[in-house]
Amino acid sequence: MTSEVKKKQFRISRTITKNWDLYLLILPVVLYFLLLKYLPMYGVQLAFKDFSAVKGFWDSPWVGFKHFERFFNNYQFWTLIRNTIGISLYQIAVAFPIPIIFALLVNEVQSKRFSKAVQSITFMPHFLSTVVLVGIVMAFLSPSSGLINNLLGLFGVEPIYFMTEPSMFKSIFVFSDVWQNMGFSSVLYIAVLAGVDKSLYEAAMIDGATKVKRLIHIAVPAIIPTAIIMLIFQFGAVMDIGFEKVYLMQNDLNKEASSVISTYVYEMGLLGSQFSFSAAVGLFNSVINFVLIIIVNTIAKRMSGTSLW
Amino acid sequence: MSHYGKKSKGDIVYDTIIYTILTIIMIGILYPLIYIVSASISSPWAIVQGELWLLPKDITFDAYRKVLENKDIWTGYRNSIIYLVVGTSINVIMTTMGAYTLSRKDLVGRNVLVLIFTFTLLFNGGLVPTFLVYKNMLGLYNNLWVMVIPSAVSVWNLIVMRTYFQTAIPFELQEAAFIDGCSNIRTLTSVVLPLSMPIIAVVTMYYAVAHWNAYFMALIYLNDDWRMPLQMVIRKMLIQDDMASVVGGQGESLVDQLMIKESIKYVVIVVSSLPMLFLYPFVQKHFVKGVMIGAVKG
Repeated sequence: MTSEVKKKQFRISRTITKNWDLYLLILPVVLYFLLLKYLPMYGVQLAFKDFSAVKGFWDSPWVGFKHFERFFNNYQFWTLIRNTIGISLYQIAVAFPIPIIFALLVNEVQSKRFSKAVQSITFMPHFLSTVVLVGIVMAFLSPSSGLINNLLGLFGVEPIYFMTEPSMFKSIFVFSDVWQNMGFSSVLYIAVLAGVDKSLYEAAMIDGATKVKRLIHIAVPAIIPTAIIMLIFQFGAVMDIGFEKVYLMQNDLNKEASSVISTYVYEMGLLGSQFSFSAAVGLFNSVINFVLIIIVNTIAKRMSGTSLW
Repeated sequence: MSHYGKKSKGDIVYDTIIYTILTIIMIGILYPLIYIVSASISSPWAIVQGELWLLPKDITFDAYRKVLENKDIWTGYRNSIIYLVVGTSINVIMTTMGAYTLSRKDLVGRNVLVLIFTFTLLFNGGLVPTFLVYKNMLGLYNNLWVMVIPSAVSVWNLIVMRTYFQTAIPFELQEAAFIDGCSNIRTLTSVVLPLSMPIIAVVTMYYAVAHWNAYFMALIYLNDDWRMPLQMVIRKMLIQDDMASVVGGQGESLVDQLMIKESIKYVVIVVSSLPMLFLYPFVQKHFVKGVMIGAVKG
């Protein structure tokens, strides 16, 4: 027994010495993660402190949950939560099903050239930067010279100030995302559909199934498992709205609809220098995201054996 | 598939509907892009008066001249190219080193490393603690390295590359190299890498596009105009509507200046997206490949 253990220990230490250069190879990567990802986590403690630049991270006094309480009692708290979740749910309701429907349509195309053309064209906007995308949206929606208002003008509609109208914010956000990412988000689904066993289609054809029936009974069921997993993961990110696009689309007049947690943290923390308070807001959000992703991953694993890790 | 008999009437209707919808979608995606290019070479009066619908009207290159004469655009271009080249090189080297090590099943402690890396996907320090640590402890504030170091490794690309090493390169080949007396690093450079060009192309594309389109780090960490990447320069013009550096000049009326701004917006969009446009077929192919490899979990 002991000789077995010794043998094993010997083997392990032998592979460690044999693979010493592999450890050397990964050392910079490990250092990168420790310094640039884990060191900031050490800074999270300032959510529980009153940070002062003079005293630094370590010596600033502890204040417990003071900043969290202030945030929960803040008049903006519910607005931020409502906007953050509202945009996410809108996004899921619209931008999630469209790529699936699009993939089902593309899968029905027999002409290879047409299929390729559709995909090349619809993938294109995915590669535009966020700044350019928001720039396009603003140019097109401009009340004085924008294409959309020019078009509405033909029907005698007065110019609409889209970008400064809070009730329009979510729709502009979500539909510009559909335009940009519909094509590329469908890649995965198109791949799943391309992997469906062709003999299923042949058997269905021999049985006299129409194209509609083949779509409903073969293609749709084939895509559902992937779609469910993707949906579950989207719900996991419901409180995790990215900063970049919202921030660019935000202006003083649409703020009641466009303030989300990430832009609020930026505003309070980096522009307002309320470091500890905004660190607490950020931590609150991170913890919720963390819990959600764990829950969602467990559900996905139970349902289909698919998980992120 | 037509040898199973003639298409039924229902099938013909069905096909017509499918092709029609997809054609409409294509037009919906393409139309704004064509409009932008047309607007960039049209007279601003045509844009403002709503006379421009698809093809350019009263063609003029005044706005292009203005933009190309602008120093900020060139500075932004130069900076973005530098950040892209330096950043992507660091990305690819670091990712290859990490991914190859993680692909080796005989590496003791492999699972711990994977755990350390993937945990950062689930939890991070958050904007403000990260900012203060980068600024006060790592000295990255207003430091050019902030454009390339914090994004040096993407966990997603690391996993994609590791999956490729594990599935596409037979381990027997590497074992043969070990028997010939190659060290691990030698095996990586002379056996694995020559077979890995497809995946290197994929991750290079992902990193390069991300660098070109990024503005967040510059917004938070950079202070001086001369360090700004192109995206920050065009943000000022497109989003903040600040074109003071572009318009103006001798003998231009205020109306002229206001008008030309309308064209300049579109020119800026075209000019800043040009590199992507040229590389598009290449970029597209590799992005699609990346999704496929990513879907196969290692």
